[in-house]
Amino acid sequence: MTEPILYVDDLTMHYTTRAGDVSAVDNVSFTLTKGESLGLVGESGCGKTSVAICLLKLLPDNARIKGGHIYLDGVDLVPLSEEQVRRYRWRRISMIFQAAMNSLNPVYKVGDQIVEAMETHLENFSYPAAREKVAELFRLVGLDPALMEQYPHEYSGGMRQRAVIAMALACDPDIIIADEPTTALDVIVQDRILKELRAIQQKLNMGMIYISHDIAVIAEVSDCVGVMYAGRLVEKACTEEIFHHPIHPYTAGLMSAFPSIVGPKRELTMLPGEPPDLLNPPPGCRFHPRCPYATEICREQVPEFKDYGGDHFAACWHPLEG
Amino acid sequence: MQEPRRRLDEFLSPEERERLRQLPLWKIRLRLFLRSLRTNWRLFAENRIGLIGLAIIIFFALLAIAHPILMKYVWDPNIYDPVVGYAHEETMQPAPPSPRHLLGTDPLGRDVLSQLMFSARSEFILGLVAALITVTIGTTIGAISAYFGGPIDTFFMRLADLIIMLPFVTILIVLSALFKLDLPKLALVIGVLSGFGGTTIIIKSQALTIKVRTYIEAARVAGGSHWHIIRYHIVPNLMPLSFLYMMFTVTSAIFSEAALSFFGLLNIRMSWGLMIHTAQTAGYLLNTKTWWLIVPAGLSITLLCAAFYLVGRALDEVVNPRLRKR
Amino acid sequence: MTEVLVRVEGLSKFFPLTRGLFRESREFIHAVEDVSFAIAPGESLGLVGESGSGKTTTGKLLVRLLDPTAGHIYLRSNGSEVDIATLRGKDLKAFRRRVQMIFQDPYESLNPRLTIFDTIAEPLMVQGIGNVLEREEMVAEMLVLVGLTPPSSFMFRFPHELSGGQRQRVAIARALVVGPTFVVADEPTSMLDVSIRTGIMYLMQDLAQRLGVTYLYITHDLAVARYMCQRIAVMYLGKIVEQAETEELLQHPQHPYTRALISAVPIPDPRIKRQAIEIKGSIPTPINPPPRCRFYDRCPIADAFCEQNDHPPLRDVGGGHYVACYKA
Repeated sequence: MTEPILYVDDLTMHYTTRAGDVSAVDNVSFTLTKGESLGLVGESGCGKTSVAICLLKLLPDNARIKGGHIYLDGVDLVPLSEEQVRRYRWRRISMIFQAAMNSLNPVYKVGDQIVEAMETHLENFSYPAAREKVAELFRLVGLDPALMEQYPHEYSGGMRQRAVIAMALACDPDIIIADEPTTALDVIVQDRILKELRAIQQKLNMGMIYISHDIAVIAEVSDCVGVMYAGRLVEKACTEEIFHHPIHPYTAGLMSAFPSIVGPKRELTMLPGEPPDLLNPPPGCRFHPRCPYATEICREQVPEFKDYGGDHFAACWHPLEG
Repeated sequence: MQEPRRRLDEFLSPEERERLRQLPLWKIRLRLFLRSLRTNWRLFAENRIGLIGLAIIIFFALLAIAHPILMKYVWDPNIYDPVVGYAHEETMQPAPPSPRHLLGTDPLGRDVLSQLMFSARSEFILGLVAALITVTIGTTIGAISAYFGGPIDTFFMRLADLIIMLPFVTILIVLSALFKLDLPKLALVIGVLSGFGGTTIIIKSQALTIKVRTYIEAARVAGGSHWHIIRYHIVPNLMPLSFLYMMFTVTSAIFSEAALSFFGLLNIRMSWGLMIHTAQTAGYLLNTKTWWLIVPAGLSITLLCAAFYLVGRALDEVVNPRLRKR
Repeated sequence: MTEVLVRVEGLSKFFPLTRGLFRESREFIHAVEDVSFAIAPGESLGLVGESGSGKTTTGKLLVRLLDPTAGHIYLRSNGSEVDIATLRGKDLKAFRRRVQMIFQDPYESLNPRLTIFDTIAEPLMVQGIGNVLEREEMVAEMLVLVGLTPPSSFMFRFPHELSGGQRQRVAIARALVVGPTFVVADEPTSMLDVSIRTGIMYLMQDLAQRLGVTYLYITHDLAVARYMCQRIAVMYLGKIVEQAETEELLQHPQHPYTRALISAVPIPDPRIKRQAIEIKGSIPTPINPPPRCRFYDRCPIADAFCEQNDHPPLRDVGGGHYVACYKA
């Protein structure tokens, strides 16, 4: 394995609400190497988007990083000021947001918006070079460069998502974070965008963090998968390993609850209960109230996120046989 | 197309059934209502300006309540009656504040404090009646316009535009010339004008966002009639906003009354506006030496209007969670 | 199919594009055009398609939230068939007891100001079934049935105190409390998380058996349809293009659109590589569409014959497998 470009160490983030502190990200650690695609999967409210927000330090007013480090090429981003953060945001790490429509300003031409984004982030900016670059990016994401002169409302949903991807690629980032970029799209369009995104990521040898609730999508685009539950990373391994030899009962439950259109029609398992309220997360392992294997120790102590060999990490007191 | 409904008795344990029997529905509803009052009060109380407004309103309400009691047990009606009393022990009218007349007397020898307290009651009645009329009309018309749309909507919206275009105070002046405008009539006019006017438009736009919710479709699939849906789903969801606009209408009603009274256009026994009018007609309007003729009444109008406005603003934060601080 | 509960014939819905007070619209969106299918009692038919395919419009027509432009919807009731497409007034209201709908978004489909009891009791109240005490019992029974136990701890809560999965259970209870025989379920699980979704899917299947309910299950997710439906009808631009038994459709799709759709569904198994079937463009809006096959512009196998002829009719290719394609 090559040197990681991103190393997240014990990241903890809280939201302050009127009802109390919500522990949205709790002791999350992972690494990302150059050219690697990491899928971050989990249900709504599991903290996957919050992790992305921390990486870009796009924290809303009521969110606070309580602890941990985010090393980008050995530099810790957590203590940096907003001024310093701006130098790496978008240029080193960029993000594709869930709602493509909201990322594009309806009153400007799409091409101009991307050029403008480059102007604010790049030092040696030249207008003709930037236009040239955007045209090239449009071709890369499968859009006709002539579309640069059009407004977002003239685009279809899939085209908008492509434009947003082009925008995220504009400053040649090392890492791209994609937060459910295809959730609002129909399957056929989703399929095309997934393929293109994956191809671009491999071609440019970028690091990618792909966030989704859909494990089938994750299976398609990731080399590695991290499974999050209730603010914690509960398991991480390479895609093939995690799909076929899950260690954490939650991962296993998630996999077998997911319907597929191929293969034999197996019984879908049902996870009892609902994800916990992160205002008062359960003590010990946060999955224990829903876990069929939970014992005393699960209720009392937080399991360590440890290596089970072959870069397969999991946090569980009662790991399943691989 | 009728078929007897399947009985599902077997699914409900006898204990559950018993528990249901024990608690009558109205008791539960009362409890839920009180609970929601408590939660909303907590949210309201977090806002200092709302509490200040409420304190001022309570202060004036106490004045209004105290007046008849004072008149009956403490004050001599011949001296202190707000309209026909005369402070004959004073040698000069208007008399400055003294222990007998805490806010002095007016040019006609009447006790200013008594006038002030007496008028407070009229202002409350006027404000609240006007506001109630406004909100009843605004909510009903807003909900109906939004729900049915089409020609009904067009008619009421154009009517609202027309009313907004008309200069409000001028209309009242013209009306007061045509009719003898007393307090109830004034309340009715203000209520109807603002009810069919701006309030309707705002409430309608809110109703439009409720109309497209899926629970409206669910109610239609259940077989609910138009009136059922308006009554059961749309109006209850409009109530918070309506209540808010009630507060703002109170402010505008009190203000209009003060303006009309100041010009002497109302057929009212006594009000804060009328007190200033009396001072003005007797030539004391800009005389700082006789401040007690202007300041108490003027301050009361300002304070009470501001108070209802502040309460409205605070309620706005309760009603629209987005305005709240996280 | 011998016995039929719901039979839809030539159902169409056109929406006028521009509406003026005195102008007749010339342009129509052909949301649903000439759709026919039948559902047997106890069966569950999946209506699958992308957004804009007209599947939700079809569902709303069946529960008469929309009035059809043309066509018939026959519902078997007490041994005779009634055309519910033209019902009005009292008859329509009575029909509402037999046909209900479950909506997609459990956050939007429950009135935030009504307690769970009031929400579930509303259909009973509107239909004039039972007195207050009886309704309370029926609601409690429904709550037990949908797995919200003990009912007394849920009845007087408000929707915002419930999770998404619990809300959807309430919505199911509301739809089933009047004892319908036919329920249109419009993507009832698409807003829910995976670990919650399975529970709702099993609940719906369980209730179908216990209460004798037949579903029209509308979804964009073929994998969910595989588990929920015995048969699947695929819609494209207001038309049913293919219809077959679920496994038959998934294993041997005939229509080029169905093939592309199936090949685009991601598979939750990194070992399986999907075969790629690319189709051009994206789904257009059907404004006054030409009479030829609706899929012509995107079809990889279309030829001059497809261009010159009308939209192909559904034809039987054996074993109850119907395809609307000249080339399949």
